[in-house]
Amino acid sequence: MEIVYVYVKKRSEFGKQCHFSDSKAELNIDIPPNPQLAEQFMERNPVDKGIQCSVSMSEHEANTERFEMETRGVNHIEGGWPKDVNPLELEQTIRFRKKVEKDENYVNTIMQLGSIMEHCIKQNNAIDIYQEYFDDEEVVEVTEEAPSAKTINVFRDPQEIKRSATHLSWHPDGNRKLAVAYSCLNFQRAPEGMSHESYIWDLENPNKPEIVLKPSSPLVTLEYNPKDSHVLLGGCYNGQIACWDTRKGSLVAELSTVEFSHRDPVYGSIWLQSKTGTECFSASTDGQVMWWDIRKLSEPTEVVIMDITRKEQLENALGAISLEFESTLPTKFMVGTEQGVVISCNRKAKTSAEKIVCTFSGHHGPIYALQRNPFYPKNFLTVGDWTARIWSEDSRESSIMWTKYHMAYLTDGAWSPVRPAVFFTTKMDGTLDIWDFVFKQCDPALSLKVCDEALFCLRVQDNGCFIACGSQLGTTTLLEVSNGLYTLQRNEKNTASSIFERETRREKILEVRHREMRLKEKSKAEGKDDELREEVPSINLEELVSKAEEEFFNIIFTELKKKETAAMKPPKQRKMEGDEEVEEQDEEEKEGASEETPA
Amino acid sequence: MAEVEETLKRIQSHKGVIGTMVVNAEGIPIRTTLDNSTTVQYAGLLHQLTMKAKSTVRDIDPQNDLTFLRIRSKKHEIMVAPDKEYLLIVIQNPCE
Repeated sequence: MEIVYVYVKKRSEFGKQCHFSDSKAELNIDIPPNPQLAEQFMERNPVDKGIQCSVSMSEHEANTERFEMETRGVNHIEGGWPKDVNPLELEQTIRFRKKVEKDENYVNTIMQLGSIMEHCIKQNNAIDIYQEYFDDEEVVEVTEEAPSAKTINVFRDPQEIKRSATHLSWHPDGNRKLAVAYSCLNFQRAPEGMSHESYIWDLENPNKPEIVLKPSSPLVTLEYNPKDSHVLLGGCYNGQIACWDTRKGSLVAELSTVEFSHRDPVYGSIWLQSKTGTECFSASTDGQVMWWDIRKLSEPTEVVIMDITRKEQLENALGAISLEFESTLPTKFMVGTEQGVVISCNRKAKTSAEKIVCTFSGHHGPIYALQRNPFYPKNFLTVGDWTARIWSEDSRESSIMWTKYHMAYLTDGAWSPVRPAVFFTTKMDGTLDIWDFVFKQCDPALSLKVCDEALFCLRVQDNGCFIACGSQLGTTTLLEVSNGLYTLQRNEKNTASSIFERETRREKILEVRHREMRLKEKSKAEGKDDELREEVPSINLEELVSKAEEEFFNIIFTELKKKETAAMKPPKQRKMEGDEEVEEQDEEEKEGASEETPA
Repeated sequence: MAEVEETLKRIQSHKGVIGTMVVNAEGIPIRTTLDNSTTVQYAGLLHQLTMKAKSTVRDIDPQNDLTFLRIRSKKHEIMVAPDKEYLLIVIQNPCE
């Protein structure tokens, strides 16, 4: 509803002066109230209203005028001469000075001050008291902190049916990725529906594996090619060798033929240093070590049988469980066997029998890990049964250093790539031990419980700072060790090498001694042999039985006699030992009963 | 009087000493081996500094007192032996 009032004005009257005049009030519009509209509203009862009962105050701002301040210095050109002395007049100043100098107070003061001053001057001349000492010495970082390690990340097997993580391999460039091989190593106990997949994890993302590898049979080992970071080598549970190219996808790129592969799970696989970067070799518990070329996996290029009797008989062969290869010694390699023997072999030998150079025995069980010391390749570490042992190639009879027998089985071990005296071991009770034998020889420098289940494998990153360990339930834990464990200490190389040499020498001396003793015994035994032949000890079974019976009866009789003498005690003692008497009588009855039965 | 002379001469003759001066509390140089304007400058500034140092020492421990003030700078060392009325100032170049 618009309220509009229209008026009309002539154009000629525009701009003319206004004349105002009174007019009566006119009603233009009358809008009566509409009671129906009231129904759209409701009376509000009660109504809240805030009121304040206080003195009403007002707020004012005031600003004073700025007071300007300035800092100035005063430069004196002339001292504060007393009023009667005119500073410009030389005579007056001289006179004043002379007067002061005659003052006794002045003399005393100057004498006293002079002596103090002289002392300091002489001090200055004697030595430079602000000399900088130890300027040339470089800051030596003394790591006072105790060795420690902390868990950074945990990668869990996303599968429902958990498998153990059996092998780990770090990505060769930048170490940002970790390849983990999963399989179930319990003989024929792999549950139905267990996945064969293995994963490559990106360290930043522990929730989902980055790449999935799908072999036809679960992988026991997995290795990155150190020359080509896209290529991976896997050893399967059924004995085949598989090769992946991560650029091509998760399915196997190359697979060896079943007929020519191993007959048992492939426990060790290592890439070789070759110009083509495609050669590798593998070992398995069927007793064979095979060399392959990736481009042609249909059959191995070479096969060596681990028979230490050197007769090339597969039946006598020892099952290989770990492989070792050092690129600085390209023709030699070592194999750790299930029987606890380390076999050192030469690849370039002319005849197959000469391939096996020597053996080192000392472990009671399978050797799960075998690695040469990256700084001193003559010494190598083996991990098996309940100990870890360090060997020297020169000493073949026994290891030069070994740890004590632990409560749990040791499953894997590795040297630190940065420090020659540090190595790591994992155990079946889920602990990771870090050993530093320039620091402590009898115990690990640090022992960490990583998880509740057994730890199966361990891999140290190239910078020595990160360690990945895989457990029985497929959980891979990434740990970071403290600074002291991966920075090379002063003189550590020398200390470690001197320790190795000393121990090797000790073993050699012992070896010589043993040999002498054995020779002595041999000669003694040969001398006695003639005598012994006459007395043929006829081990007759019946004689032994009767002998045993005799002895038994003798013992019984002597015991009975003892009881009788005890029973013959004076009556006083007997009354006091009332109960004992009854017991004795019971025992006598028992003795009597037992006496009857054997007879 | 002669001892004073002797003392001041001895001080001046020490190795590395550039200048010696005796100033009174009003800033008037009584005895100096340097020129007047330098002396007056030293006197005015060092007097204030000595007062400040003295008051600092006494604020920390009222029973303590300032005995000597040494200012080592890049070029030389200024040593001030204060007294109630006079100041003995020596500028030395410490041999290094």
